[in-house]
Amino acid sequence: MTKNIILVGVGGQGTILTTKVLSKGLVEMGYDVKMSEIHGMSQRGGTVTTQLRYGEKVYAPNIGDHEADLIIAFEKMEALRALFYLKKGGAIITDDKEIFPMPVLTGEQEYPEDCLDDLKATVGDVTVIKAAEKAAELGNVKAQNICLLGALIKKLGLDKGGVDWKEIIKATVPAKVVDVNLAAFDAGYNM
Amino acid sequence: MNEKVIMSGNEAIARGAYEAGVGFASAYPGTPSTEILENMPQYKDIDSRWANNEKVALEMACGAQAGGLRTLTCMKHVGLNVAADPLMTIAYIGSNGGMLVVSADDPGMHSSQNEQDNRQYSKIGKLILLEPSDSQECKDFVKLGYELSEKYDLIVLLRVTTRVCHSKSIVTLDEPLPKQVKKYVTNVEKRAMLPEMAIKRHIVVEEQLKKVEEYANNCDINKIEYNDKKVGIITSGVSYQHAKEVFGDTVSYLKLGLTNPMPGKLIDEFCEACDTIHVIEEGEPFIETAVKARGHQCTGKDKITIQGELTAAIVQTSLTDKPLPEGYTVKTQPADRPPVLCAGCPHRGFFYSFTKFRDKVVALGDIGCYGLGVQTPFFGEEMCVCMGGGFSTPIGMDIALKAQGDTRKPLGFLGDSTFFHSGLTSLIDAVHTNSNIILCLLDNSITGMTGHQQNAGTEIGLMGNPVHRVDCVDMVMATGIDKDRVHIVDPINQEEMDAALKYSIENDGLQVIVTRYPCALLKPIIKARGKKHVEVDQDKCIGCKMCMKVACPSLAFKDGKAYVDDVANCTGCGLCQQNCKFGAIVTVE
Repeated sequence: MTKNIILVGVGGQGTILTTKVLSKGLVEMGYDVKMSEIHGMSQRGGTVTTQLRYGEKVYAPNIGDHEADLIIAFEKMEALRALFYLKKGGAIITDDKEIFPMPVLTGEQEYPEDCLDDLKATVGDVTVIKAAEKAAELGNVKAQNICLLGALIKKLGLDKGGVDWKEIIKATVPAKVVDVNLAAFDAGYNM
Repeated sequence: MNEKVIMSGNEAIARGAYEAGVGFASAYPGTPSTEILENMPQYKDIDSRWANNEKVALEMACGAQAGGLRTLTCMKHVGLNVAADPLMTIAYIGSNGGMLVVSADDPGMHSSQNEQDNRQYSKIGKLILLEPSDSQECKDFVKLGYELSEKYDLIVLLRVTTRVCHSKSIVTLDEPLPKQVKKYVTNVEKRAMLPEMAIKRHIVVEEQLKKVEEYANNCDINKIEYNDKKVGIITSGVSYQHAKEVFGDTVSYLKLGLTNPMPGKLIDEFCEACDTIHVIEEGEPFIETAVKARGHQCTGKDKITIQGELTAAIVQTSLTDKPLPEGYTVKTQPADRPPVLCAGCPHRGFFYSFTKFRDKVVALGDIGCYGLGVQTPFFGEEMCVCMGGGFSTPIGMDIALKAQGDTRKPLGFLGDSTFFHSGLTSLIDAVHTNSNIILCLLDNSITGMTGHQQNAGTEIGLMGNPVHRVDCVDMVMATGIDKDRVHIVDPINQEEMDAALKYSIENDGLQVIVTRYPCALLKPIIKARGKKHVEVDQDKCIGCKMCMKVACPSLAFKDGKAYVDDVANCTGCGLCQQNCKFGAIVTVE
């Protein structure tokens, strides 16, 4: 059975690196993996969506409406925006971090501060974690992505596949930030 | 070897070129093709370089392949329009070393101005057309492409789409061939395309294409998968993956990897074996037209949209009654999050200044980061066509505005890379005719939007090699323009920027403004900046929101006060500071 995961955030938050670590581990576990990301214009502070599918045999690289098993949101309003991907019975893990987009900064639109209440009431399986806050506490806010990865690995039971995720993180992130990312991974896993 | 790795289509194309013993690779960056060349420097044996534009890239490659090397040239779909002139004739010259051209199309226009389907070029250009559907095929088809190009003396067009370029899947690595070098032998009859020679070469090309058609009918990459024969699907590229996702093994497939020349006999065989034929393809009815031309009935664009990017869901709803899965909806709606100019972006200074003169100009833009100025709150662009258009469309607009007594002055803008790409020729026309326009060259010392590729104005090349830096201001002055008409300014400094725009509007004739300020994301610039940023003194801030007018993503407003929300990304450029009359914004080093 193919699993569909949507990672969504704002350009610069590191969704692509997270997916890189995740897909390396999944390949090691023997899964067929396809991931899809869009580069270019959307990276300049816009919404960034990365799609990852794994299973015995995966054909299409992208995930359609209401097909995702899990949404990992790096910013809470982006969880709301990505909701159309989620299938009935699917789960959301989201950071409660807020990043105001330009129309909110300029006062043309309002940021839906209480959007998570709405999501929790409708979806049910919504886990809110403070990954960005934790990463900042650990010394580098950019480790937010690996913190969220820790939560994701636990949620999907991927810690039981015989893969040493920390080794993959070590091999993927820049040497200078290995320690903070490993700490962030543990923190996310235990949140 | 035979290691399995996960690679994007673009990485796999680069790897394929390496394994095929390619000796020369060239490109102009453009999404979704950029990462192909970006992945080349790891293969040290391949001389890889950015060209000033796609035409130059292709012509350099033509020289290299005629000389005997296998060559790779990559571009986005609209880039092939720029390179179309040489391509149509290189097809007659044919190959010495194999020549492969990658066209990365962008159905759905994730980062493009149109969604043209470049498979059509293979027909007018007499090219062998290959359409891989995933990363493994990207690598395999590149290698096959060189064999075909050399065997049949034709040029190969490898057509990929955003979803193939930017999706990652598993690829098995193989040992590379050594660099392939064929001896260069003079052959004027084959390569000097004057009418007398070209007439003869066209005959050869048509004969060769017939041979490739025979090959296409019997090759491994055009294959039939027979299952139940009630429904047969003909498809190519990523559309095959969508079809398999929806129908699995319940229908039969003719999966086409080589689609020009079209494998006529194979299509006949498949259509005769199956009861109903559906053609599933993104974009234009390229395969559908070929199937119908052979007298077969099929569904095609009557069922599946010609617009946008296909998904499995679109295939499912277009061809089956099976309902889509159900999901959730909530009442709360997210605010829009359009891409924006980065914190510290020099273009913000240009656009903010522009807003002060908006009524006096008609702004015509171009392709690049500054395209983001089209949005709220700058609305700094009334037209945007193509690379270089920002310097030529104003010339015509000036004539039209005069014809209706409109006194506004056309203002065109483009960046340094775009200037080298094709803005220079437009500038020469403007100087030559002393057009009554303002041309703004927004020099941020890099090709920005596609993620920092070197260009003629940088000091190192793609391979990290030192290169001669061509100064775009020198190029402007070389046109012979009166130096009083050229204004070089720091765009963040609003006094300077405003003065240049005011002068250029008030004085007749061509005025050229060059804004010089590096992209905020350049690594040396980030390093030099250190921890420099601004902070808002909450006691001094009166909440007038003047600083917010510059629309910087680092600044936010809450409880009646402005504050720096994103300290990590604030560069301390000081644009917001200039708007604060109360001294509330202070620089912190």
